[in-house]
Parts: sequence; structure tokens; C-alpha cells
Amino acid sequence: MKSATGVAGYRLKVTSFTIFDSVCSQYLTFFSPLASTPRRTCLHAVQNRFLLPQVALHLFLQRHEPFSTTAADKAQLEGNEETKKISVTFVDKDGDEKHINVPIGMSMLEAAHENDIELEGACEGSLACSTCHVIVMDIEYYNKLEDPTDEENDMLDLAFGLTETSRLGCQVIASPELDGIRLALPAATRNFAVDGYKPKPH
Amino acid sequence: MAIYKATKLLSRSFSSLSSRPLRVCVVGSGPAGFYTAEKMLKAHEEAEVDIVDRLPTPFGLVRSGVAPDHPETKIVTNQFTRVAQNERCSFFGNVSLGSSLSLSELRDMYHVVVLAYGAESDRVLGISGEELAGIHSAREFVWWYNGHPDCSNMAPDLKSADTAVILGQGNVALDIARVLLRPTAELAKTDIASHALSGLEESSIRKVYLVGRRGPVQAACTAKELREVLGIKDLYVHIDKDDLRTTPADEEELKNNRIRRRIHELLSKAAISGTSHPSPGQRELHFVFFRKPDKFIGSDERSGHVAGVRLEKTILKESVHPGKQTAEGTGQYEDFECGLVLKSIGYKSVPVEGLPFDLQKGVVPNYRGRVLSCASEDLAQVEEGLYVCGWLKRGPTGIIATNLYCAEETVASISEDLETGASTSTLAKPGREGLKQLLDSRNVRAVPFSAWEKIDTEEKQRGSLRSKPREKLTRWEELLEVAAK
Ligand SMILES: Cc1cc2nc3c(=O)[nH]c(=O)nc-3n(C[C@H](O)[C@H](O)[C@H](O)COP(=O)(O)OP(=O)(O)OC[C@H]3O[C@@H](n4cnc5c(N)ncnc54)[C@H](O)[C@@H]3O)c2cc1C
Ligand SMILES: NC(=O)c1ccc[n+]([C@@H]2O[C@H](COP(=O)([O-])OP(=O)(O)OC[C@H]3O[C@@H](n4cnc5c(N)ncnc54)[C@H](OP(=O)(O)O)[C@@H]3O)[C@@H](O)[C@H]2O)c1
Ligand code: FES
Repeated sequence: MKSATGVAGYRLKVTSFTIFDSVCSQYLTFFSPLASTPRRTCLHAVQNRFLLPQVALHLFLQRHEPFSTTAADKAQLEGNEETKKISVTFVDKDGDEKHINVPIGMSMLEAAHENDIELEGACEGSLACSTCHVIVMDIEYYNKLEDPTDEENDMLDLAFGLTETSRLGCQVIASPELDGIRLALPAATRNFAVDGYKPKPH
Repeated sequence: MAIYKATKLLSRSFSSLSSRPLRVCVVGSGPAGFYTAEKMLKAHEEAEVDIVDRLPTPFGLVRSGVAPDHPETKIVTNQFTRVAQNERCSFFGNVSLGSSLSLSELRDMYHVVVLAYGAESDRVLGISGEELAGIHSAREFVWWYNGHPDCSNMAPDLKSADTAVILGQGNVALDIARVLLRPTAELAKTDIASHALSGLEESSIRKVYLVGRRGPVQAACTAKELREVLGIKDLYVHIDKDDLRTTPADEEELKNNRIRRRIHELLSKAAISGTSHPSPGQRELHFVFFRKPDKFIGSDERSGHVAGVRLEKTILKESVHPGKQTAEGTGQYEDFECGLVLKSIGYKSVPVEGLPFDLQKGVVPNYRGRVLSCASEDLAQVEEGLYVCGWLKRGPTGIIATNLYCAEETVASISEDLETGASTSTLAKPGREGLKQLLDSRNVRAVPFSAWEKIDTEEKQRGSLRSKPREKLTRWEELLEVAAK
């Protein structure tokens, strides 16, 4: 580490910026498996990340078919609003919480944007960027999600501040069992512990 | 609560806008430039942001780097377009820092100057024969197929040989391999430049060697790109199974890196699947590991033209950086015949006059985006009002999203300095009006965003005639002509 004197006379620590692929392994690495029992189910899910393409496709279809929003679905949703929405909490970078209701079938990326939550979505949900990275804060909810496909894992590889319960917001689709899910925007993990695990010290 | 916040922000923005706008100039309209502009506009209601680019077209490598068969990756230009259309933002295309105007002129006109002009040169190998014809940098080849106006006349010779060697195993190397090996009928549906499509349609290149100086554990590519190249239709892929054996040091690297683990897994799968020999006429991709370029061999028949590459076998040694192994030569050599070489060993930034520059690292010395007056040690001073972002700040690595975090850091530094008054003058500055006057006085015809939109429309129109998303305008005259319509 070098130091430098700024114009205003203060001392600056000169470090290089370290979030790029060659150096970012530390950010992108999985946490080492934790020993405590409640982790087991989650570890299982993590080990299952490397799916065969056929299996992945199957899961993809399984997940998306029932919830795809056709015009008919939408009409139905409108008629039955109360029961067709789930409650979702986003926790932003400063730790501030925002509770929203998300119609079933909508992705967390769309939901965030409809509610002015600052979740990036550079590729607009086409699974080509990783900027919509969210962290599922409770393991029970993480385990309720279908495992990510190879394609989602390819993008998660590049997500900034990856954790064991990271997902892409555009791939998490509201469904009844996700009612009450809490999602953190990545930088938040630096400031406070997320339920169920401790953030890895960088 | 939300309403209260909004009115507070509004009143602050009005009072400050009318009293003292903060004049900001961002040089470079790639991801780093646009993310910086977006974050500055958001963080400072009093900021007026001008984005300058040497090309008549915005978006940097999203237009001229990202592969034509990756349209989803380019969707981010929608977001950048919204930034450019913000009423406090202006785009000045066809304005080059260093020739249209100097850095000191720019700094005189703006409170804050953020340099985000990327890396428009190449690392060199420094080995014998590097100047032979038939050897190109990846940057130029990519610019050629993506229709960058500086390389539209490049015309690489793809017809005189059946073998190409790509040096490097990063994502750019994989992009190039894919463009060379993918059926052209598939490329024809992309926004690939028409001159490149014709060149590739006539190409006789059948076999591509992808050469890495280290092993499969250290390959610099990412899983999505690797999966894509391995999945090319009717492609024979060769990976030597022996290369996949890991040492304890490799295991350590794999354990600590999810990307590397997944890459190794994909390569291992590919090594055992498929046929053991190519069928006649089949296109071939050969992964060559543990080989570093030693020299280029000139052709006997075509004087001045490359005919092969001599590679030296390497072994990996633990380096000074723990957990990183480097390649060392073993003194055993092997020649690979080829008629085309693409050096994909990394890009390099170039300095402009008056800019502190670390020639060795090829970046601007900076502290969290604040430009420091010299790279060396304790004496460095912060250059008032001057900042960097993107590849110029960090070196030529990272995906589009990396520049988002990079811009966050730079903008946080700017905000801090504005708050403490540490490094930004409080004097009024001419900003946009000053820039316009200066460019007028030099007869520089800046291309505003509305003129780029004319180019965009024209390209989409021409594309629709050929079932392509767009047909890029690839010559300077043509671009400027359509912009001036
Ligand atoms: C071949 C290739 C393919 C890539 N593919 C992907 C991908 O698929 N996905 C992904 O996430 N990332 C990809 N990347 C990485 C990504 O493109 C970079 O991380 C990103 O573009 C760097 O942003 P930047 O703004 O620093 O530089 P650039 O994007 O290079 O932007 C620099 C801008 O500055 C302008 N400029 C240069 N000199 C001057 C001057 N003197 N005056 C004024 N303007 C100037 C240039 O015209 C350019 O518009 C790719 C990179 C390359 C090289
Ligand atoms: N789809 C995408 O997301 C996408 C597409 C294209 C580019 N990009 C990004 O853009 C950035 C730039 O890509 P890149 O491919 O230019 O760079 P890169 O990933 O840094 O790869 C450079 C390659 O060149 C090799 N190399 C460097 N110096 C060498 C030398 N002297 N001799 C032999 N080999 C040498 C490196 O080997 P060593 O590892 O041994 O140094 C490495 O294989 C990367 O961060 C990349 O991820 C992303
Ligand atoms: S928005 Fe790009 S991957 Fe989700």
C-alpha cells in the first residue's frame, strides 16, 4: 500500500481497485461450507447447481409455465387481486426496507422497477448481465426456489458480491410459496449480517 | 415520507440549478462513461453532464466490442439512451480528446472532468516476427467485424490458409474463435458488419488453435462464452486429456474460485465427449495449453507473411502472489503452421497530453477514481477536478457491469470532494457553451445524440432489408453524412 498527500493535505491510502475478474475471485467464491446443521439443506441446493442441461431445461419449464403472464392471466389477476399477490421485502444498500406486493408471475426485477427500487437490470431480464443480483435473506425461502439453471449460474459467476443464497432478480418469479420473501441488494451485505449466515469478510 | 423527500430534492435542485450549475464533462461514451453520467445526474441535481466521444456513435465497446451474436448483452444501450436523453445531459460525438481539444482546455471549461476513454491500443508480445503480415491484434479484428470506422478497410486475409492461431484464452479470444468457426448463415442474422460477413463467407479457415500459456485451471474465459464455443454446430473440439490433470496448487486455485471450477468442469466434459477424429471438412477447434509464443515464422513463398508460430512448452510455478501460478518456459519448442494469427493477449490504454499515466500498468494512477499527479510513491498529489473510470482506470478487464461499480466509486469520490471542497473550484465555468464555442472555432462538427439517432434509424432500416437487427454504417464519411441529414 502506498500513501499520498492530497491537495488538501490529507493522507490518502493508495490501493488499486479490485473488483475485476482476475482479482475478484475473492468476491465470486462460494463461502466455505459451514458446519451448523441448519445449513444442510442449503448446501444440498448449492451442490445441485451444476445441472445437466436437460434437467435444467425441465426445471426451467416447470418454473415458468404455470406463472407466465398471458393476457388471460392478467385479467384473472386483476379480478382477484388480494389473493394473487405476495408480499416481498427489499432491503437496500443502506439497510432500509421496502415492503411491496407483487402479483404472482411477475419477476422480482419487474416488481422492483414498478416500485422504484434501485435494482439494476442492464439486459432487461434476458439473462445476459448479472446486474439484477439479489440475495435471498432467509435460507428457507432460498430453498423454496428451483435451482438456478446453468445459464443463470453462468451469470451468477460474474455477480458482484456473490453469496450462497444469491439469485438473479429477473429469474425469481413471484409464486404463492414465496410470500414473505426478503431480498437484499448486494452492497447491503457489507453493513449487516443477513439471517442465517455471516457475510464473508473480504 | 416519499413525497416529502421528493419536494425537498426538487426545491434544492431548482435553487442550485439556477444559481450555480456544476459543469461536468465525461470523455468516452462506453459503459464507464454512461454509468458515470447516470450516477452524477442522480447524485447532483445541479449537475449538467456533457459526454464527449471521438466517434459519431455512442456506447464504446458495447457497439464495437461485444460480439454480434450477443444481442442481449447490447440491451444495456436502452438504459444508456435514457441517460443521454436526460435534459441535463448532452452527447458530443465526433469530438476527440487530444486532437479536437486538449485536456487542459477541457479542465478549464468544466468543474469536473471524468476520463473514461477506455483502452484503444494493444499489449505486444515483443517477440521476433511480430510485424509480419497476417498477424493482427484482437482489437483490430473485433473492430473489423463490428464495423468500427477505423478498421472497416482492414480486410484480413482469410482465404490463403486453412489454419488460424489465436493467442490468449480470454473471452475476447473465444469471441474471435466463435466468429471464425460459427456457420456464416447464423452470423448473417446478426448485426455483424457486411464487409466482415462477406469475408467470413469466403473464408478458408477450417482449423483454429486457441493457445494459452497456462493450463485449463487458469483459462481466462468465463463459462457462458466457453459453453457457447463448445456448442457450435458441427464443430470438432480437441482438448488433450493429459492437460486436465491437476496439481495440488491447481486444486487450491479451483477450491477458491467458482468460475475456474466451472470452466474446468466444462473443459473436462468436452475432452471426453465427441469423436476422437474430425470428419473430413469438419471445422476444428483445438485448445492448446501450456504453450507460450516464442517467435513468428515468416513464409518462404509469400515474403513478409506469417507461416507459423513457434511455441515454447511451459510449466507452472508458484508466483510471488500467493495462489497465482505463472508460466515458465521449458526450452522445448513446437511449431504450428498457420496463415493467420490473432493476438488476444489484452488491450492497453493510451495517455493524452497532460495526463499522468503509469506506462507500465497502462492505467491512470488514481485513488478511488481521483487522478494522482504521478504514479510514484509518496509525492502524488490529487489532480483537482480530474477523475477516471472504466478500463482507463483499472486496466482492460471486467465485464460491462464491472464499470457500474467502478463508476459508483468514482462518483462517490467526486461527491466527497465536492462536499469537503477538497478539489473542486467554486468559480463559475463556461461548460457546455464554452465547449460549443471552442468546437465551432475549430470547425469540429460535433454529432449530437439526435444525430446518432438518425444513424441508428438508418442502420435499422438497412438491416431490416437483410433480416438483420441493423446494418452498421462503417465508414467515417457515411456516418457523418447521415448524421448531418
Ligand atoms: C471484444 C470485447 C468483447 C466484449 N464483450 C463483452 C460482453 O459480451 N459482455 C460484457 O459484459 N463485457 C464485454 N466486454 C467488456 C466491456 O466491453 C468493457 O468492460 C467495457 O466496454 C469497458 O468500458 P469503458 O467505458 O471503460 O471503455 P469503452 O467501452 O472502450 O469506451 C471508451 C469510449 O471512449 C471513446 N474514446 C476513445 N478515445 C477517445 C478520445 N481520445 N476522445 C474521446 N473519446 C474517446 C471510444 O470511442 C469509446 O466510445 C468486451 C470487451 C471486448 C474488448
Ligand atoms: N462475454 C463476455 O462477458 C466478455 C466477452 C469479451 C470480453 N469480456 C471481458 O473483457 C475483458 C478483456 O478480455 P480479454 O480476453 O482481452 O482479456 P483477458 O481475459 O485478460 O485474457 C487475456 C489472455 O491473454 C493471455 N496473455 C496475456 N499476456 C500474454 C502473453 N504475454 N503471452 C501469452 N499470453 C498472454 C492471458 O493469459 P494469462 O492468464 O496467462 O495471463 C489470457 O489468456 C475480460 O475481463 C473479459 O472477461 C467479456
Ligand atoms: S437483468 Fe440481466 S440477468 Fe437479470
